[in-house]
Amino acid sequence: MTQKKNKAVTKEDVVVKFVGDSGDGMQLTGNLFSDTAALEGNDLANFPDYPAEIRGPHNTVAGVSGFQVHIGKKVYSSGDLCDVLVAMNPASLKANLKWAKKGGTIITDIDAYDEKAIEKSGYTSNPLEDNTLQGYNVIKAPITTLTKDALKDLGLDSKTAEKSRNMFALGMMYFMFNWKQDIAFDFFAKKFKKKPALIESNKIALQAGYNYAETIEAISVTYNVPAAVLEKGRYRNLSGNIATAWGFLAASERSGRPLFLGSYPITPATEILMELAKHKSLGAKVFQAEDEIAGICSAIGASFAGSMALTTTSGPGLSLKSEAIGLAVMTELPLVIVDVQRGGPSTGLPTKSEQSDLMQALFGRNGECPVLIIAAQSPSDCFMSAYETAKLSMEHMTPAILLTDGYIGQGSELFKIPKVADLPKITPPIAAPNDPDYKPFKRDPKTLVRKWALPGTEGLRHRVGGLEKENITGNVSMNPENHQIMTDLRYNKVMKIADNLPDQTVFGNKEGDLLVVSWGGTYGAVHTAVEEMIKEGKNVSHAHFRYIMPLPKNTDKIFSKFKKIVVPELNSGQFVNYLRMVFPQYKYSQYNKVQGLPFNVSELKDTFNKIIKEK
Amino acid sequence: MEENLTVDRSRVPLTKEDFVSDQMVKWCPGCGAHAILASVANVFPKIGYRKENFCLISGIGCSSRFPYYVNTYGFHSIHGRANPLATGVKISNPHLSVWVATGDGDSMAIGGNHFIHIIRRNVDLNILLFNNQIYGLTKGQYSPTSPMGSVTKSSPQGTIEHPFNPGELVLGAQGTFFARAVDTNVKLMTDVMFEAAKHDGTSVIEILQNCVIFNDGCYVPITAKESREDNQILLKNGEPMIFGKNKDKGIILSKLGLEVVTIGQNGITEDDLLVHDQYSQDPGIHLMLAKMAPPYFPIALGVIRSAMFSTYDDLVEEQIKTAKSTSPIKSVEDLLNSGDTWEIK
Repeated sequence: MTQKKNKAVTKEDVVVKFVGDSGDGMQLTGNLFSDTAALEGNDLANFPDYPAEIRGPHNTVAGVSGFQVHIGKKVYSSGDLCDVLVAMNPASLKANLKWAKKGGTIITDIDAYDEKAIEKSGYTSNPLEDNTLQGYNVIKAPITTLTKDALKDLGLDSKTAEKSRNMFALGMMYFMFNWKQDIAFDFFAKKFKKKPALIESNKIALQAGYNYAETIEAISVTYNVPAAVLEKGRYRNLSGNIATAWGFLAASERSGRPLFLGSYPITPATEILMELAKHKSLGAKVFQAEDEIAGICSAIGASFAGSMALTTTSGPGLSLKSEAIGLAVMTELPLVIVDVQRGGPSTGLPTKSEQSDLMQALFGRNGECPVLIIAAQSPSDCFMSAYETAKLSMEHMTPAILLTDGYIGQGSELFKIPKVADLPKITPPIAAPNDPDYKPFKRDPKTLVRKWALPGTEGLRHRVGGLEKENITGNVSMNPENHQIMTDLRYNKVMKIADNLPDQTVFGNKEGDLLVVSWGGTYGAVHTAVEEMIKEGKNVSHAHFRYIMPLPKNTDKIFSKFKKIVVPELNSGQFVNYLRMVFPQYKYSQYNKVQGLPFNVSELKDTFNKIIKEK
Repeated sequence: MEENLTVDRSRVPLTKEDFVSDQMVKWCPGCGAHAILASVANVFPKIGYRKENFCLISGIGCSSRFPYYVNTYGFHSIHGRANPLATGVKISNPHLSVWVATGDGDSMAIGGNHFIHIIRRNVDLNILLFNNQIYGLTKGQYSPTSPMGSVTKSSPQGTIEHPFNPGELVLGAQGTFFARAVDTNVKLMTDVMFEAAKHDGTSVIEILQNCVIFNDGCYVPITAKESREDNQILLKNGEPMIFGKNKDKGIILSKLGLEVVTIGQNGITEDDLLVHDQYSQDPGIHLMLAKMAPPYFPIALGVIRSAMFSTYDDLVEEQIKTAKSTSPIKSVEDLLNSGDTWEIK
């Protein structure tokens, strides 16, 4: 290795983004890159960046598909700006240049820059020849030509050979990260078991890319990314939506309640529906309903009949489900509603992420209508969030909303595989046959939870419904005092869940100048910003909320120890206004962004630093 | 006919009293719903399932108070949503005998989408569609089945909408069972409910129901003593279609469609009449029968269609059984450890 002219740099984390046309295989390339990093022992987080169109017009910005990978010793998000941008055509360069770090490396296929492609991309002149790329380390590689040359002995047609361009580019990355090519060869062997010709062509293309990168002098930097310090155990790469589906399957198995999902496809939540539909061998019953309302109503019926019932959706679907959520609140049946949030209002930005459904989750129903609300913080955390939401919903006989978002739903990261037997027990309060004391709305005096009496059980026939119930008997009642009692009971039942919740934790000092309060999918960026500021000597701490309704019991105590509180959110200030309502004694600053984009660490640090300095 | 074997049968004979609820029945005196309730109380013990296995689901409207008045597991849900809710109940536990009480507002208007889809899927449950051609609970607005021109509180000059014929809607949505009864005939209602219970799939029973307050007499031509025999025909499987006061009228299938004929005139004999085949898979004649209405035709009552097709809930169970026997993933532990995983030591 000594003859190499480049220098190897050790870097705690690197962000790489692969971008190209929809058909260029960028998702596969990104996934292989990330899997390799994982096998090399790195921590990682990924984010696929699809166009809203299924197959956008060829060589245009609308047709660009991307995959961002953040690898390192410890990473909390898929990263802000990339250190390395691999752009397979001019349109993908045009769409993504703004995400490349100044001084970063850009690898691009010069063969893709013909006049027509440049024109279709929206560039007025060739960006490789004007000063568009000034300040970047640009590697202009003839990827298409070299890939075809390398594969010429295989007798492939030109189109098939061109399809391996992405593996040529990946080969260059393997060199850049000092990775063993065998890892990729193993992947090919597994991935293309049924198409042996592809194993060979991809292998040759990857080798060619590696050798090319080793030979040219243009690659001035190669990276050594230190292995992550991870807890012992078995790991895998997992996206948030799949983790959500699996968390529910685990909750179903542990609770003994069969899983029922009633759902209607909606971006970006559909993957949960598709994933659960695959697992009928675990007894999952998945019903693709005619609309969002039928989705939730079928789930309510299934819950009444004794299933662990779910419905999955995104913001517009949550709006449609509002009335039915009220029915589940009134009948006090367990039900989990997953809202994978996207940009709104209305159809909004279906493929982009936002945290703007919080108020809808809290208050978007008629009447006094409290539900349990939990928010997941990262792709892998969706597993335990789903598990816990299902557990609490069943144990406390209340509908619950699990908030995730498009960013963590579609992003992926390392997931430490738990032992299912080690997951917390789930004990739904199922009424025993012929229980002489059974009354539909008789409650456990401590938790205020009623019993779940399943149709088919001897001696427990009863009726529930959306009309106000008489306390204990559940008979219809329009009595004014009774309505007050029942309204209070329903609210207190949800608030009492806090008795079973762990204390809210604080990262950093337990008291100080500034507490950063966040919730949901912004965890990675906010945590990274605070961690960096602490390293820089700032007196700043971070409390990331998972339990939104009810809030953890020690929240007030935590807030009281800080001079200032700031709440950054990807909305116009929904959690901060909820906190202002619940704890009006504190003064809150807020930082908000609604661009369909995640927070950048740098913008957060700038904001927090400014707030600390303010008198 | 084979019985539905998926629901457990009662070990002891049941009676009406087993299904009496302790709630006061609050429908208006003279409302047709009372007779429907009596028919259900007749038929449930006769069907013979365990009383705990009956489940009654409703939406909103006068009809939807039904579950409170029958001692079964019951769910009074929200407007229009009884059908999807019942779908969830049945898929979740196929051992339940699920009954839906709904009305022409609940299932034809706000829940119209759910109505056609539950039928298309052929979920094995029974829908009692109370059709009184009016909105009763909100005090007298027109419904999707009110005849064109109906003067109601929300149509002072008469409606300008073409009404639905529920039978056409059911058959158009590929319904496998459709029966029609009138609220003045408890025996007929009981009989078709029994037939519905026997049928595997979504059974829709349209009950022509009088609303004494807001639409009194809407079915008088069909139900009045002096005219009913000429204006209704009771279909019986395997029997020629004969009706009329003097049992001398019949239905034939001519080149132009169905026709009313008089036996003995123009050389028509009983042998020329259409013989009812409720089990025919082809819905063509069933649709023509469902569309018949006075003044040119009698309205068809009884079981119009009862065709065998696979049910949604059976196929759900079948897919689960297949998956369980073929998938290598037998537990969540298997799932979590499937595919690419690695050990950090």
